[in-house]
Amino acid sequence: MIFSAETHVVLAIIIPVLGALGIALAFAVPNIREGITLITSVLLCLNVFSLLPVIMAGTEPTILLVQMLPEVGLVLKVEPLGMVFAAVASSLWIVNSIYSIGYMRGNNESRQTRFYVCFAIAIAATMGIAFSGNLLTLFVFYEVLTLSTYPLVTHSQNAAALKGGRIYLGILIGTSIGLFLPAIIWVWTLTGTVDFVKGGILSGHASAGVTGVLLFLFMYGIGKAALMPIHRWLPAAMVAPTPVSALLHAVAVVKAGVFTVLKVVIYIFGIDFLATTGAAEWLTWVAAYTLLAASVVALTKDNLKARLAYSTISQLAYIVLGASMASSMAVAGGALQIVMHAFGKITLFFCAGAIYTAVHKTEISDMRGLGRQMPVTFLAFLIASLSIIGLPPLGGSWSKFYLMMGAAQSEDLWIMAVLLISSLLNIAYLLPIVARGFFYPPLGQTAAPVAVGYEKSDFSWANIKEAPFFCVLPPALTAGACIALFFLADPIMKLIIPIVTP
Amino acid sequence: MLSLSSQYPVLVIIVSLMSAPVCALLKGTRLPWALTLIVSALTFYMSIQLLINVTADGPTSYALGGWAPPWGIELVVDPLSAFMLVIISGLSTGVLLYARASIAREVLDHQLGLFFAAYLLALTGMMGICITGDAFNVFVFLEIMSLSSYVLIAMGARSDRRALTAAFQYLIIGTVGATFYLIGVGLLYMMTGTLNIADIASRFAEIGDTRPIQAAVAFIVIGLGIKLALFPLHFWLPNAYSYAPSIVTAFFAGTATKVGVYLLIRFIFTVFGADYSFGTVGLADILMPFAVLGFLSMSVVAIYQDNLKRLLAYSSVAQLGYIVLCIALASETGTTAAIVTIFNHAIVKTGLFLSVGCMFFVTGSVYLKDLNGIGKRMPITMFGFVLGGLGLIGVPLTPGFISKWYLVQAALEKETYLGYGLVTVILISSLLAVLYIWKVVEVAYFRDPPPGSVTKEAPLSLLVPTWIFIFGSFYFGIDTTINVGFAKAAAAFLVGGS
Repeated sequence: MIFSAETHVVLAIIIPVLGALGIALAFAVPNIREGITLITSVLLCLNVFSLLPVIMAGTEPTILLVQMLPEVGLVLKVEPLGMVFAAVASSLWIVNSIYSIGYMRGNNESRQTRFYVCFAIAIAATMGIAFSGNLLTLFVFYEVLTLSTYPLVTHSQNAAALKGGRIYLGILIGTSIGLFLPAIIWVWTLTGTVDFVKGGILSGHASAGVTGVLLFLFMYGIGKAALMPIHRWLPAAMVAPTPVSALLHAVAVVKAGVFTVLKVVIYIFGIDFLATTGAAEWLTWVAAYTLLAASVVALTKDNLKARLAYSTISQLAYIVLGASMASSMAVAGGALQIVMHAFGKITLFFCAGAIYTAVHKTEISDMRGLGRQMPVTFLAFLIASLSIIGLPPLGGSWSKFYLMMGAAQSEDLWIMAVLLISSLLNIAYLLPIVARGFFYPPLGQTAAPVAVGYEKSDFSWANIKEAPFFCVLPPALTAGACIALFFLADPIMKLIIPIVTP
Repeated sequence: MLSLSSQYPVLVIIVSLMSAPVCALLKGTRLPWALTLIVSALTFYMSIQLLINVTADGPTSYALGGWAPPWGIELVVDPLSAFMLVIISGLSTGVLLYARASIAREVLDHQLGLFFAAYLLALTGMMGICITGDAFNVFVFLEIMSLSSYVLIAMGARSDRRALTAAFQYLIIGTVGATFYLIGVGLLYMMTGTLNIADIASRFAEIGDTRPIQAAVAFIVIGLGIKLALFPLHFWLPNAYSYAPSIVTAFFAGTATKVGVYLLIRFIFTVFGADYSFGTVGLADILMPFAVLGFLSMSVVAIYQDNLKRLLAYSSVAQLGYIVLCIALASETGTTAAIVTIFNHAIVKTGLFLSVGCMFFVTGSVYLKDLNGIGKRMPITMFGFVLGGLGLIGVPLTPGFISKWYLVQAALEKETYLGYGLVTVILISSLLAVLYIWKVVEVAYFRDPPPGSVTKEAPLSLLVPTWIFIFGSFYFGIDTTINVGFAKAAAAFLVGGS
């Protein structure tokens, strides 16, 4: 920590914005441009982590950016949940920047300057969401994130991108302006504040009926959480280059959505208030439905990125489910899932992009036997899949564990059943990709018969043809992180627990 | 002792009025423009001083020619009129910075002197309407503004001869509107024996129930409805805005209809009084349906336009619908929303029309079919247009968001099902704005530029003023101390009663 904590909070937004300016100015020299991206991401990550000791000590640095309305200003305030989210997003941005270089150059993409500029702005918006101190601030950065990612989604500027972009913007802007904004203003007229306060602000101001309507407006207004039936933007966003899908549509954007859901439930409604009114009961059902239905849809998708997108929808529903159960363990489990799923899913997307860069395959049925050619990629895919499924010793097991505990705590046994079925579905749509990669012969070849009693390895060093190094290193790193997180879950929980216990 | 600053109330109208004939005599392409710019800037400076004074010392009255009201004409500087003066003269000055290169292409050289003389008269008219405290004098300034605006719109004939019919249509409708207003004022005079607004207001309560007064209210509201292009009396506006020269459209979009809104607010709150307007004659029940129908239908119509200026013109009618709805909500929050929207929409829409003017300057067309790939051909201009468009949609950090915040808040404060219903239609209408803005974005960025076109930006003399408005709109969307602060003060003054 070099400056005061408040300065570091503001720097979390300023660093990527300055980075975006630098990237734009260095448009003519790609090496310098990408150098700026990398330096910015490292600086941002260091900056965010320098705040960690302060937050762990229990203080919450708060700073007023600008007095936007006479009564409400743009306020940044760091609390544990936002700290966790910012730490995840900023550290993954470094890995993703390395990956972007490998992918964008490996595929000779055009308009790379615009790509890196918009990326940096999107990260700045993500930091703003993570550190927002009231609903207005959160909404402002939420919309900046939507708009800054639109050029990334429509990067290829062809007919498919145009269509995908329309769905993306239509749903995200439509829900946020149509439902999220009135919900915020309604909270304002009811309570006279939109600050995030521990224990919630609505208690005593809203009747059970109004609470139910408000919860509906919030949950469907936060389109980024991809609750069914407003999930369609996420598969539509897959027309973007894979680094965008990886960091933004597996981590930053979707996690901004569920992060907002958690923030609203914890700091606006208040867990206890929600539990006593029972207003969130319908949400549990919708989340459970989304969780299962998205997994089933994922089974039917042959396009790898589409399958991963539906998997993300399902995994996001875990977090909404945790929030809707309105018990401390379930909400903590949801918060932990933000971290665990981020590392798992980004690895899977990295692998999908590496496969595309190396052999230009997008359909799962074409990926038979590819594991023999790209063993590192497929091993990373396997590890990340196991983490998503929730098997020890991988990080993902903890979030599932806490959600189960939450379900037990609120004595909703059917939720445990839903979680179990979903894990089985996860196995069914993720592991065949790995199995086909390693155990099937490549497309167009048949395995030579091997006489009984003899063995023949399908693996040979000569066959290995991985994607460029910059495309393979990132998934390997994040897969390693999935394992490390199994052992790091405790410190993260220690950070989160205080905000969910009264 | 007479200090110069004590004469500011009269100087803000007299300087531009006196300069107009001088301007008409000036030859050349630069001199008339330079004079107009200097006069407008001077007026802007004096308006700011007036606003500062009124904020510090409260409303002041200025007796024109030393004749005390009600015999003489009174000029009144109060929080609302001073704020309007700043908006009008500020916009005028900003647009004039842009005007030289733009208008030289659209109007013949030897007409430039006359053009800028008409411009100065229009400015005088608008400033006069806002500052005068005399109901008949309002009519005089209204006519000064209207007559010169017919001329200004007709000047677009060099680019498109349809400007002539547009100006003629506006002339007919505008005269009807002005006549209605005059009949209303005549009836008021008949019943009260005075034309001074403050005097009429003080006697209004006793005679409010009489038939002539009710007729007067009807005539005035409808007459002003025509002037401010309230749906369904708006049909002159899209034509006038589409075919007028670029800078005229930019100037009028921010100011001309807003002056009508100002008069409506002034009559409803100051002359009739809120209790009479919304209680006795139930103006809210009349204005609200037309406002809602207006912004919904005009937003839909805007989606289907293939002429960019016409698209923005319909969007303006829709925005005026929002403002009238704000007034009809009859609360302090609603009035704040109306006044802050006058300011916010003015700055956003002017920025948009100026960027369209840049496109017209380079490509010679404002039809979408000619603007394919304009995002690649004129990246800086088009990016400015997108940012301005976000302001129309009401994305946070733009002033449109601030307006929406107060409008939705005012509707929710009603705590009735009508209020919730209004919130719904307001938000639906903002989503329609997404559609018409994004239609342009898709044409600009997703279609290929026509073969043989090159990347060519408008000259800096056009780009810089355009971007001043774009940056300005973001400034007033992020730090709202100025716009919301003064709007709140004006609303408190009007509704809080004093």
